[in-house]
Amino acid sequence: MNKYKFYKLIRVSLIYVILTLLTFAFIIPSIWVISSSFNEGTNIFSTTLFPEHPTLAHYVTILTQTKYPIWFFNTFKIAVMNTLLSLFLTVSTAMAFSRFKFKGKEISMMTILVLQMFPSMLAMVAIYVILYNIGLLNTHIGLVIVYSTGQIPFNTWLVKGYLDGIPKSLDEAARIDGASNLTIVTKVILPLAQPILVFVALQNFIAPWFDFVFPQLILRNEDKWTLAMGLYQWIQARAQTNFTMFSAGAVLVTIPIVILWAVFQKYIVEGLAAGANKG
Amino acid sequence: MFPFFHQLFFLKMADEKNKGEFMKKENTAGLLSFLFMGLGQFYNHDWVSGIVLMLLEFMFIFAAVSGVIYNAFWGVITLGQTPGIQGDHSIFLLINGLVVIILFFLFFIIYYLNIKSAIASRKKIEELRLHTGTNFSAESILSHNYNKYFPHILMSPSFFLILFFTFLPILFTLLIAFTNFSAPYHLPPGNLVDWTGFDNFKKLFTLDGWKETFWGVLAWTLVWTITTTVLNYFGGLGLAVLINAKDIKFKKFWRTLLIVPYAIPAFISLLTFRLLLSGPGPLNSFLVNTGLTAEKIPFLSDHTLAKITVIVVYLWAGAPYWMALMSGVLTNISDSYYEAARIDGASNWQQLINITVPMVLFQTAPLLIMTFAHNFNNFTMIYLLADGNPQNPTYKQAGSTDILISWIYKMTLEKQWYGMAACVAIIIFICIAVIAIFSFKRTKSFKDEDMI
Repeated sequence: MNKYKFYKLIRVSLIYVILTLLTFAFIIPSIWVISSSFNEGTNIFSTTLFPEHPTLAHYVTILTQTKYPIWFFNTFKIAVMNTLLSLFLTVSTAMAFSRFKFKGKEISMMTILVLQMFPSMLAMVAIYVILYNIGLLNTHIGLVIVYSTGQIPFNTWLVKGYLDGIPKSLDEAARIDGASNLTIVTKVILPLAQPILVFVALQNFIAPWFDFVFPQLILRNEDKWTLAMGLYQWIQARAQTNFTMFSAGAVLVTIPIVILWAVFQKYIVEGLAAGANKG
Repeated sequence: MFPFFHQLFFLKMADEKNKGEFMKKENTAGLLSFLFMGLGQFYNHDWVSGIVLMLLEFMFIFAAVSGVIYNAFWGVITLGQTPGIQGDHSIFLLINGLVVIILFFLFFIIYYLNIKSAIASRKKIEELRLHTGTNFSAESILSHNYNKYFPHILMSPSFFLILFFTFLPILFTLLIAFTNFSAPYHLPPGNLVDWTGFDNFKKLFTLDGWKETFWGVLAWTLVWTITTTVLNYFGGLGLAVLINAKDIKFKKFWRTLLIVPYAIPAFISLLTFRLLLSGPGPLNSFLVNTGLTAEKIPFLSDHTLAKITVIVVYLWAGAPYWMALMSGVLTNISDSYYEAARIDGASNWQQLINITVPMVLFQTAPLLIMTFAHNFNNFTMIYLLADGNPQNPTYKQAGSTDILISWIYKMTLEKQWYGMAACVAIIIFICIAVIAIFSFKRTKSFKDEDMI
């Protein structure tokens, strides 16, 4: 028995050591960036892990000199619009695929899934011209349309997989009670699909905070930029020469996202697992 | 018994007699809708559908008479004939032409459905009248159609968005691959673009420089895709197994810390790594100052080392995603498997190899294949971390760490060789599409009984 306990102690402590080392490797770059954002000066070499004279000067500079508050508000607005539109599109499409029979169901599902695999780099020329034609260039709505269209195929596939797990007998029972298609969809199935809907909503809320590619294509005015794009431009220009300022900008753009993550971590992990299981 | 039979017999007679009548009315409805969209619907007293369809046909006639349709075809076929700044803009002509042509085909599909649904509705009406004796109302026909086409109505917003923001751009790129759309001589406005057939493809596969670049970049893209997918997958699995191991406390704490890289926007963490690993960067000065290495290590400037660096950094950024996912999957594996294995005397390692890995692989296979496709096109990683550098002088506009997608980016944004870039994009698309079809076909989402 003593021998067993000894092995167990070795095993557990070994895992703790490995975990500590790995965790250190995974978070050290973040710690380095955070601490250098409080350092004085601009130099990448003079930054120390524990600044001698911690300062908030870089944060003050960014918040006052860039349009951070405007960009923040823009991104928030885009995130909310994107969440609503994406949810509407995804849910209605997934509902049709999961709950109804119609001709060409499998082929149309496959087609949209394959189409979204196309490298979007070149699609940009065409998207630009189309948005220009319908007057949505340099508008947030244009950006939201592009985002929410892009997410349809994958999320439809994900939500459909989840909806398939909800027994069809529920629909039939409701139909016998005289419920219309719309009532069945909104009152019977949607409440049961809540976990996957939260996941899709979160994903779409977070996406605009990360993306700096499409805003560069669509948004021309500095006043319309998103946070990721604005700060990307700002820190890219300063990355080599003003490292401390870069760090402060990096922290500022990351904070809202990390807060979202912390709050919704449970749903994200659940949703990821749902995608894996139901797929 | 007898009277019942008797009744049935007469009903059947009536049916036969009415059938001719039926067909006549059905055909009339179909013919009317064939002559002008919506007329058959009017005949069926379905006023709402009738008016909508009629308006559609009027719009089509207007488009045809005003020359919109002719101009669209002319634009796509010729790509413009007047050069100069004030002249034709080939790209606008092509895209706008495609929009009109797509709508044109859509109109004919609706036209066909309009005839079909006029006949089907009429049939329903006559059946109702015959069997129940009641007459139809305009509302009941409308609501019948509404229920019948409910899934189509649900999908239509997504359908139109995908048609114009996903399908059209792909069609455009496909066509661009067969043109000479490129800087400096074929770049609108000012210059015209022409159809050149398979010239771009021939150039890519036969011309020196192009040939080497394509095969070289493709080989590295495959190496990159396979190694990163496998490493990240098993790296994430390893992390999840460690956290979920028995007797380990504070599981949530470890998980939250390890998930950090996944929560940070890639453009932040990758730019940070780029600085951290640069020639005169802090990591190198640390290594040299402490005497660990004699010279600075060219993490991102040596041809081979740069490739290893991007793979390792991606492990840092990508493993946490799998860790988060696997944590969920691992808790779903029933404990009874492990208990049975323990009773049989299996070691921890044997349990991991024979129970955990196969179970996880089985559950995550579709996502794994999709990640494979994603990594094939993982532009952000390559572009933000290494920019495809170091430059490779034997390549055309590509560096040693460039994968196909970042090569395309350089061709379009730096050189504006759109034709060649489109050509490579199509080849990528075909590869990815094959993988995608193969993988999605095998997922549960496709396997439910309704799909057959």
